[in-house]
Amino acid sequence: MRLPMRNTALTVALLILPATGVLAAGATAIARQGNGRGAAVACASCHGADGGGQAAAGVPRLAGLNTAYLLKQLNDFANGTRENATMQPIATALSKLERKAMAADYSAMPVPASFAKPAAAIPAADSLGARLALRGRWDKQVPGCVQCHGPHGVGVGAHFPPLAGQSAPYIAAQLNDWKKGTRRNDPLELMQHVSSALDKQDIKAVSTWFAAQSLNAEGATP
Amino acid sequence: MKILPGLWCMTVAGIGLALLAGCSGRSDAPTAASSAAPANPTSVASTAIATAPGQGLPATPVNGTATVFTPPPESAIPATPFGAMVRKGEAIFTHTRANAGTWVGNDLDCSNCHLDAGRRAHSAPLWGAYVRYPMYRAKNHEVNSFADRLQGCFRYSMNGKAPPADGETIKALTAYAYWLAKGAPTGATLKGAGYPKQGFTPPQPPNYARGQKVYEHNCALCHGADGQGQSVGGSLVFPPLWGSDSFNWGAGMGRLDNAAAFIKANMPFSRGGTLSDQDAWDAAYYLDAHERPQDPRFTGTVATTRKKYHDSKWSLYGTVVNGHLLGSAPTGKTGVR
Repeated sequence: MRLPMRNTALTVALLILPATGVLAAGATAIARQGNGRGAAVACASCHGADGGGQAAAGVPRLAGLNTAYLLKQLNDFANGTRENATMQPIATALSKLERKAMAADYSAMPVPASFAKPAAAIPAADSLGARLALRGRWDKQVPGCVQCHGPHGVGVGAHFPPLAGQSAPYIAAQLNDWKKGTRRNDPLELMQHVSSALDKQDIKAVSTWFAAQSLNAEGATP
Repeated sequence: MKILPGLWCMTVAGIGLALLAGCSGRSDAPTAASSAAPANPTSVASTAIATAPGQGLPATPVNGTATVFTPPPESAIPATPFGAMVRKGEAIFTHTRANAGTWVGNDLDCSNCHLDAGRRAHSAPLWGAYVRYPMYRAKNHEVNSFADRLQGCFRYSMNGKAPPADGETIKALTAYAYWLAKGAPTGATLKGAGYPKQGFTPPQPPNYARGQKVYEHNCALCHGADGQGQSVGGSLVFPPLWGSDSFNWGAGMGRLDNAAAFIKANMPFSRGGTLSDQDAWDAAYYLDAHERPQDPRFTGTVATTRKKYHDSKWSLYGTVVNGHLLGSAPTGKTGVR
């Protein structure tokens, strides 16, 4: 089932049962089949049933990401500070409660086991990508990415999402969006500043480096 | 009271990594440095002396021709036994607890305050400090070696214990600093050395309530609302700014002038130069108005310790802020855990 459909039972449940468990159930239903209103199609149709995203298409993994981060992104799609033709209408069609439920639901999903294996060989330690990721470019006041996003880019708290376990096309697209200003929902303009110091080659190199990092995933030995 | 900043550095004794290059300890610097010209400023561009506040601002050449000293690239470390020692020093500097944990009593790495692995100008770079030693310091009325200074870093900023001067840790760090300073003139105050404190004064007296607002808006994102930083999987990512896992009361960063200049030039991380002078001072005040481990030179009472080591308008130790006598309830243990 890939199309939005009206689900009376779900709507009723969302209206009359504001308990957390019900919200999570509602989120699961939305993930599978949408909320039945306008553009809010099934999240899983792009982000995958396991929340792992689609690497080649640049659709990000959502499973296991920080709840507050996910919620902020949905809100920012809706308020336009993160421009995206696909996600803006979807986020707009979700109610505040539904956004909250979706964020909590995806955050609670385990990282799919496939992420424990690197998607590609890790670029050499002296490669451009490794240098930018680990040490940055301080003459342009750019720290190593891992200095905020954590070792290997595993993500830190609500503001520094994981880069490991995201695909190179997704990471590169975000850097380009920060650079263009079509994504501008970063605290203190941190990423708008950093991306402005990176050229095409830098973006490709650093995205490739992070895409090759593996993650601790449930049920898998990294 | 008014004393040259250079004297403050000596009296505070703190040393600490923050002070390593953050102040000269010489009576003629850094205040006087702003008016002194290098003997031959044109012969080596990098010897130009810092002349104005706010020069920590991102890689912006000041006065046209003056540029900060540029250390050799990491890739130039030779594949020799000497190069191996340099690399060892770099590893200690960037992962201090992992590589010199015996001497460290908190959660910090040297590179938390000396950005870009001790290379970044206006962030107390190692190359700026290295060429200024040996240095006479009024604090102990002795000529201090670079090793003495490094030992102080461990004792105060790292809230630990001094590694032996002839041991591997000091040897490796010295090798790294020496290598970073390759080609720099000795005895010079290099532009970009220390923190840009010259002439950097608060427009209004720094203030806790304003500082708290600045902190919440600009700093808490990384350092946490409680100032305890953030870790992931047991690895520290953002350092704690106060409390038992941060630098102790003897460290240079516990002085408002050091902290404010560092913040102005380097914080928020990657956005140095974006805070107003007042905001930088207020943020410094806020973080330095929190308790931390006791000064290892504690003399028995806060009042006598202040008198002996903190008698400065830039130290909040022994003063009362929000009804609390700072230093009277130090957190955690002083020295190696």
